[in-house]
Amino acid sequence: MTSSSLTLPARRTPSLVRHAIVERYLPVATMVLALIAIWYVAAVAMNWTLVRDAFEREETPYTISDVLAGTMDAERPLLPAPHQVINAFVDGVFGYPPLAPRSLIYHSLVTLSATVLGFLLGALFGISLALLIVHSRVLERSLLPWIICSQMVPVLALAPIFIVVLGAIGLQGLLPKSIISAYLCFFPIAIGMVKGFTSPDPLQIELMRTWSATSRQVLWKLRWPSAVPYLFASLKVAITISLVGAIVAELPTGGEAGIGARLLSGSYYGQTIQLWAALVAAAVLASALIGIVGLVERGVNSRMGAH
Amino acid sequence: MSTEPASKRLVVEANAISLTFETADGRVDALSNVSLQIAEGEFVSFIGPSGCGKTTMLRVIADLQQPSSGTLSVNGMTAENARLARSYGYVFQAPALFPWRTIEKNLKLPLEIMGFSESEQKIRAERYLSMVNLKGFERKFPWQLSGGMQQRVSIARALSFDPAMLLMDEPFGALDEIVRDHLNEQLLQLWKSTEKTVLFVTHSIPEAVFLSTKIVVMSPRPGRIIDVIDCDFPVDRSLEIRETPEFLKIAQRVRNGLRAGHSYDE
Repeated sequence: MTSSSLTLPARRTPSLVRHAIVERYLPVATMVLALIAIWYVAAVAMNWTLVRDAFEREETPYTISDVLAGTMDAERPLLPAPHQVINAFVDGVFGYPPLAPRSLIYHSLVTLSATVLGFLLGALFGISLALLIVHSRVLERSLLPWIICSQMVPVLALAPIFIVVLGAIGLQGLLPKSIISAYLCFFPIAIGMVKGFTSPDPLQIELMRTWSATSRQVLWKLRWPSAVPYLFASLKVAITISLVGAIVAELPTGGEAGIGARLLSGSYYGQTIQLWAALVAAAVLASALIGIVGLVERGVNSRMGAH
Repeated sequence: MSTEPASKRLVVEANAISLTFETADGRVDALSNVSLQIAEGEFVSFIGPSGCGKTTMLRVIADLQQPSSGTLSVNGMTAENARLARSYGYVFQAPALFPWRTIEKNLKLPLEIMGFSESEQKIRAERYLSMVNLKGFERKFPWQLSGGMQQRVSIARALSFDPAMLLMDEPFGALDEIVRDHLNEQLLQLWKSTEKTVLFVTHSIPEAVFLSTKIVVMSPRPGRIIDVIDCDFPVDRSLEIRETPEFLKIAQRVRNGLRAGHSYDE
């Protein structure tokens, strides 16, 4: 440490900052590079026979390096190379106007709206269930088994039924997708919040009793704030689950729009590169959503005096 | 004390209080036939080994537990009504502050619950924080304070709504000797200036003798009172009093009481 950093501890010297960045991101970068290297090797191995057979069918002479080059830019590879996926992703994002049917931004927005609405519905439902369960032992016994049962049925089987039934009563488009998404994501929130609402220290509950606080006051001034760490832990799980729910819900609609639709049409027509680009879009979306929840959490935590 | 306690109003009148628990190992007599009278303005210590029912007695008075039999009047009403009327402030062994609230907001919590006006909350938070010498810590969060400071906040919080009684359950039990001595002196000051009735549960003989006007010695299995010792040191006593023969005589009597309660046991 230099003398200037001793006298001014708030101002870090650039070398210290760089050091911290290196320390933080070096392991991540190493992992990413290693994965990309493995991916390239796998792309060569998996696409090799495909490319070689194509050369042989056309009866053109070829060398090993020709085949090698072919595995890197095949039109419909078994496993597209990383740069092909990234190109397709960048092209999908920037290559078209944002609302064009081939734009990844358009499809992401379609999925995002169902995800966010589903997440909000699921959070509302999950928290309400937790409140009911915490306030009544009878409800705990009668509701909890059903809540757990609801998650044992695979959503892939349920989604078409939901879409058909909701379609029959005139609900189409965004809402059915959001309901499937909410159906999946309310679960971790309900379970997390039951834990959170019952997490206050017994002494704190007794203190409220000595002040003869009403049960509403106990809820707002003690149970809610105590449940906040549990809330954010379950929201982070729930937001990714609701994205998965929204994507799955797009599959039985016949693939009109959304990331799910891109995945479906990609696999129908063997457009593996499109498929992978849609996967990348889903991953980016999920990371962004978790990031937003994390940011809100940090804001709330600092207001609640976390250290 | 110069004034005669008997002439004052009684704030606690317990008659033949018993409390039994049914546990997996059978019946436990937490309290057996306990009768006790506490006058307004007294400082009463409950002392005895673990399981003697001293904490249970305090909890019964606070209506946190209900006796199996006997009659109890707190501040002239039933224990439940006294609790609903917010007749006492309770201080636990742990500060039990709310970690997401600043010190000031912790102090305001009972006031918010009881519906005090914003301005009154502010005035009281200021008054009681300075009473426990914590002015300037309003915006700090509990984790930024030492254990002793946190316990002072919880005492200020218990006093903030100006209850008739202060019930303290080993409030300094988790603190080290030096902090404890210091807080004992401060508590004595507080008692003198607020003229509250204090009920104080402790393990420590010197603490009990130093603070109290009345020491209730209790014994376990079944939990009962075996001696009540009056203790009248001058109000402006300091810690040095613990070296005087009078102090040692009372401490000896407490110790004898505790020993007698133990003799048939083990």
